[in-house]
Amino acid sequence: MRLGLVIDLDTCVGCHACATACKEWNTSSITAPLTDYDPYGKEPSGVWFNRIRHYEIGDYPNNKTINFPMSCMHCENAECVTVCPTGASYKRPEDGIVLIDQDKCMGCNYCSWACPYGARELDRVSGTMKKCTLCVDRIYDETLPEEERQPACVLACPAHARLFGDLDDPESVTSRAVRERGGYALMPELNYTPTNHYLPPRTRPSIPTSDLPRGSLARKVKEWVNRVIER
Amino acid sequence: MSAVQHGHDQGKQEIKYSTCYMCACRCGIKVTIEDNRVRFIQGNRNHPINKGVLCAKGSAGIMKQCSPARLRSPLMRKPGTERGAGEFIEISWEQALDMLTERLARIRATDPNKFAFFTGRDQMQALSRLFAEQFGTLNWSAHGGFCSVNMAAAGLYTLGYAFWEFGDPDWDRTKYFMLWGVAEDHNSNPMKIGIEKLKSRGGKFVGINPARTGYQAVADEWVPIRPGTDAVLALSMVHVLLSRELFDWDFLIRYTNAPFLVVQTPGQKGDGLIYRDEAGHPLAWDLKKEGFVNGLDAACHPALFGEHKTPDGRTVKTVMTLLAERYLDDRFAPENAAKICGIPASTIERLALEMAHVAFKETIEVAVEWTDWAGRKHDKFIGRPVSMHAMRGVSAHSNGFQAARAIHFLQILLGTIDCPGGFRAKAPYPRPVPSPGKPAKRSAPNTPLDAHPLGFPTAPEDLVIDEDGQPLRIDKAYSWEAPIANHGLMHMVITNAVKADPYPVDTLLFFMANMAWNSTMNTANIQDMLRERGPDGEYKIPFLVVVDAFHSETVHFADLVLPDTTYLERYDAISLLDRPISEPDAVCDSIRHPLLALDRDVRPWQEVLVELGGRLKLPVFTNPDGTPKYKGYKDFITYYEREPGIGFLAGYRGADGSKSLRGEPNPQQWERYIENQGFFQYHLPKDIRYLRFANKGYLEFATEAGFLKSPEPIVIELYSEAIQKFRLAGLGLYDGPMPKERVDQERLATYFDPLPDYYEPLEQQRVDKNEYPFFAVNQRPMMMYHSWDSQNAWLRQIIAQNHLYMNRARGESLGLKDEDWVWVESHNGKIRVQLRLIEGCQEDTVWTWNAIGKQSGTWGLKPGAPEATQGFLMNHLISELLPEKPGERRITNSDPITGQAAWYDLRVKVTRAAPGEEGVWPTFANVPPLPGAEPKPDVLRYNTRAKA
Repeated sequence: MRLGLVIDLDTCVGCHACATACKEWNTSSITAPLTDYDPYGKEPSGVWFNRIRHYEIGDYPNNKTINFPMSCMHCENAECVTVCPTGASYKRPEDGIVLIDQDKCMGCNYCSWACPYGARELDRVSGTMKKCTLCVDRIYDETLPEEERQPACVLACPAHARLFGDLDDPESVTSRAVRERGGYALMPELNYTPTNHYLPPRTRPSIPTSDLPRGSLARKVKEWVNRVIER
Repeated sequence: MSAVQHGHDQGKQEIKYSTCYMCACRCGIKVTIEDNRVRFIQGNRNHPINKGVLCAKGSAGIMKQCSPARLRSPLMRKPGTERGAGEFIEISWEQALDMLTERLARIRATDPNKFAFFTGRDQMQALSRLFAEQFGTLNWSAHGGFCSVNMAAAGLYTLGYAFWEFGDPDWDRTKYFMLWGVAEDHNSNPMKIGIEKLKSRGGKFVGINPARTGYQAVADEWVPIRPGTDAVLALSMVHVLLSRELFDWDFLIRYTNAPFLVVQTPGQKGDGLIYRDEAGHPLAWDLKKEGFVNGLDAACHPALFGEHKTPDGRTVKTVMTLLAERYLDDRFAPENAAKICGIPASTIERLALEMAHVAFKETIEVAVEWTDWAGRKHDKFIGRPVSMHAMRGVSAHSNGFQAARAIHFLQILLGTIDCPGGFRAKAPYPRPVPSPGKPAKRSAPNTPLDAHPLGFPTAPEDLVIDEDGQPLRIDKAYSWEAPIANHGLMHMVITNAVKADPYPVDTLLFFMANMAWNSTMNTANIQDMLRERGPDGEYKIPFLVVVDAFHSETVHFADLVLPDTTYLERYDAISLLDRPISEPDAVCDSIRHPLLALDRDVRPWQEVLVELGGRLKLPVFTNPDGTPKYKGYKDFITYYEREPGIGFLAGYRGADGSKSLRGEPNPQQWERYIENQGFFQYHLPKDIRYLRFANKGYLEFATEAGFLKSPEPIVIELYSEAIQKFRLAGLGLYDGPMPKERVDQERLATYFDPLPDYYEPLEQQRVDKNEYPFFAVNQRPMMMYHSWDSQNAWLRQIIAQNHLYMNRARGESLGLKDEDWVWVESHNGKIRVQLRLIEGCQEDTVWTWNAIGKQSGTWGLKPGAPEATQGFLMNHLISELLPEKPGERRITNSDPITGQAAWYDLRVKVTRAAPGEEGVWPTFANVPPLPGAEPKPDVLRYNTRAKA
């Protein structure tokens, strides 16, 4: 089993709902809290598992704004795990989730340097590295209604731009979306084989207009012939 | 199965359902609570609005609950200190309410209008309005006058419903969605859910907006329009549709006033009015009878086009003839429209044709038997799956009423009104066009008003003016300056009150409106006005009461501060009598109830209002023996009936809770709402879900439910006779009140056009465009709702400083680069801000995010917070008055029809600041902390698993 996220760039409006829902769930979750520094001051910052990048492609007026949520990709070949000197970072064989044992982590930052996706964040107060857990304490929690056993980001996403599932199962919602929409992983050349995938913006066919009456652009009111229609 | 421990002791957990208040969408929330602390706020899957999802604001509710800006007790300006010095003393509720009661009782016994009560982002306007009405003051309104009244009024004077709260695209069926002037809000989750549905179905989404942010980011086509020119674009598309005969004949004849005849006697009384028979019925020309007939008669066959002579020799033309003559004019040809709106002619034409294709070639049908208003049976509804939504970018211009009407014209010609796939109404809408109910005019001591303070004028007789034509309201709503100001002009209240124009007030009360900062135009001057004293040494606004949950900039200027609770700590009714949350297929309302115990000396404002109502012995709140009638807000909501069986909450009525919409009070109504996850929905039967303006079943249902007074069909008004009556008054051709001042006459004659047209926004007519080459507008970031959320410890990590955004190529041509500090100057003043160059910005436009800039020390933020040192408000540049013109009194910078604040009419110039000139300007003195203010932690480690 290879659990992960598939993110639809066609519908992601960049609203940060996923990031905030994640923050909210995980600040009281297994690697709690997600510390905030200077929350009411000059340089507010903090630990987030999911951040949205916004960038533009193309020149005006043919430009497009892309919203790009990024979190741990739960790579198949997770270099962050390989480099961890204490064994705190590990990849679960049963579902592929990459986690950090907070009791073993010494905050050395090796893993964050190894991660090309910027997914790992050091909690400066706990001195440990934290990152997306795929809400491992939600997805298996049988006290939750089955439809809520999903990562908080997926539950929240108002544009349904986030899908959660088993990328090993060809019939999962995530695998189907990748197949049907040309989903891709980031930086495949690194061979980390990320589990998470992105769906590119759709291109939609143009709408035909040649089937409409041509008429004359200079048409005048008197040319219309009234139609007899009962009110 | 995972070996990971679940991070909670489920025994201590409680799950409760309520309604979000992080913005105005009012989504359903499921809240997990541990030890009186919020563990998790998520969307309620069963809720009709958000169906389980939740936006960034909603999820950040935890940090609103933790905000150090929360007010903690009633405060009084310290005796002997200056207003706005920020020195307060804590007082008890008893003291606060005694003080207010004494003052208000005195005002009510003498001149109730001396109490001005204006409420901001209020979700209980039906109660605050009732209070004002019972008090007897005309001076009440909510924030719609500076938000979106143009959009609401345009809809209500055309369709009987409007965008957002009164209507929605048919997200399950629409194939083409055109979004006009919507940044990223209003509405939030429903829009995102809908856009995803549309796109996954292969539908097209067109975003018309000068900025490509938010929803525009995922638009299939972005149309970068020049601000304030939407009417030209819409009417040019109307031109294209008319020129190719691409309009829905049946729809226009059956459901609109297009076939009605209009009298054409220019320069004479009665010109432009509907030709009527003696009984007042509108007349049409019958093609079979070849004569004039009652145009409302179901059996007639009215001509859509034509010109006739009446027996008394007057010329009459059908509305559709006038409409076609107007919009087929070359002025609206795409190549001419393109010069104004900046959209290429080929694009204008293509967009119009694309919509026509979808409307007429991709028609859908819903097979349901239904009966029309005349009793005729039909076996299906025809759907023309084109839908639209518009909001502030259209609304906040002084030509916004006509622009919004122009957008509705497109929809009407395409026949996409309340049909499958089109733009659908939400209960209690549609209402008759225009809505019934006139604004109250008379105020008398110790007497309730005889009508709502806000209403819908249809003729000059309905204006709220005295015999001399002078305004009777402090905001001058319903005066010649803003005749159909359906939401009031809250943005004018401080200016008018300080100038005693039309009269001074004694007590001004603001609820949840940051009128000393981001909700006002001309911020710095407004702050000075709040401090201004008369020759007698008294403040010109003698007593300022501010009700809010947080330490806003306006709280800083209060004489009395009444602290409200958060939305997780109180009862609320989100009522159909107020701002409805219905869906097109269901009548809905909802509640909030206290999920958390209070930890400070604050009270819900609605509780306070009900108590004040009892103390002041306002009739509705008082028993015959003079004792208070209600034990509190909850009791009031349960038992108050507007008319028999109709109360604030429509669900679970009747003694046993078995009745919906109408029924006697149910003592257990709140409990039933709480059991039902905080909301009520009544699903409309399938045969009354469409074409409701002419659907017999719906009209009868709506009458029974109290939405309509009678089941008459609602006629869509392409041509607005009400508007024409005001124009006649301006032309001196009206049998009734007419304005005496030339400026009023001109405004009425020019802008009260019974058919929508484009005119250049008023301020822009008086500003040198070469001197001020840029349009300047505000957008709202998706993750923030006003200052409420830009204070939020999580959300401000996403953005704590707003930049001025400019088109990259345009900026580079001016020698500007990213992160430059620049001066932005308007006719009203200048500010220094930091620049960002982007592609997603129309070339002649600069824009920023609103409500991020703050006054240092407010909102629980520390001095030095970037919101105060780098963030800024565009508001300083915007005047609440039009630039002065010799010989003319000062006129509000608002739509001349509705009084909508014209925030977005601003023009500016942008120049690079000198070396060394850095940081935002102007800056304002740091506001000292309030007594007992909560500490602002340096590090926040919110975690419900750890002890608080």
